[in-house]
Amino acid sequence: MANEAKGKRPLSPHLTIYRPQMSSVSSIFVRISGVALALGFVLVIWWLLAASISIPYFEIINGIMTGWFGAIVMVGSVWALCYHSLGGIRHLIWDMGYGFDLKTSDRMGWCVIIGSFIFTIIVIYYSGALS
Amino acid sequence: MNYKTDIVQVSGRGSAETGASHWFGERLKSVALIPLTIIFICIIAPLIGADHSTVVGSLQSPVKGFALIIFFLVTLKHLEEGLQVVIEDYVHTRGRVLILIKLNKLFCWTFGLVAIFAIAKIIFAA
Repeated sequence: MANEAKGKRPLSPHLTIYRPQMSSVSSIFVRISGVALALGFVLVIWWLLAASISIPYFEIINGIMTGWFGAIVMVGSVWALCYHSLGGIRHLIWDMGYGFDLKTSDRMGWCVIIGSFIFTIIVIYYSGALS
Repeated sequence: MNYKTDIVQVSGRGSAETGASHWFGERLKSVALIPLTIIFICIIAPLIGADHSTVVGSLQSPVKGFALIIFFLVTLKHLEEGLQVVIEDYVHTRGRVLILIKLNKLFCWTFGLVAIFAIAKIIFAA
């Protein structure tokens, strides 16, 4: 296959001509939150490793985790984890063949979005960060 | 494992290789991660920002440690499969796809093994 020719072939417009819809936008955010969670897990695993190695090393990572950068990543990761889990459940429901009609699909989308914020607040409250 | 129905098997349709079981395995891990994620949050969320002795003391419980190891194993495999799909969807040059898939495997396996090593070290240091 000639790779040079591949780039010049006309491509029918798909993403660019569609008005964003509930199903497409809420679905792409499952993917984005999943990729973003990789960063959150790198931090958490680094933190675990530091805890296993020594107290001074742990203090350094703990400082990053509780500083402004860590706080943003952690709160973002909690939201991403909640969103990805709820969105993932919705995809599992779709994979089983249910929930394809417009009304149910839209309703599930709103449940995922609103639910992700509710669960984020619950987890942050449970973590003791707010008390 | 063969997930094809008899009629599909006989008529020779469907995936020629391991597509169906690969697809099913991805879903199986996703389902397993629902309870595992709840367990992970219950164990880890209260420890973020805590001091060293609290974190180590809490994670020295073998039950918590074992649950975390299972969680990290399934999560990192799920992450690897997920990132691979993202790479395959958005990268269109064959060479780059192959390199990125290998780097992805290296990244996920490294962090998975580091997580398991750290948890095991904390448990056995007790």
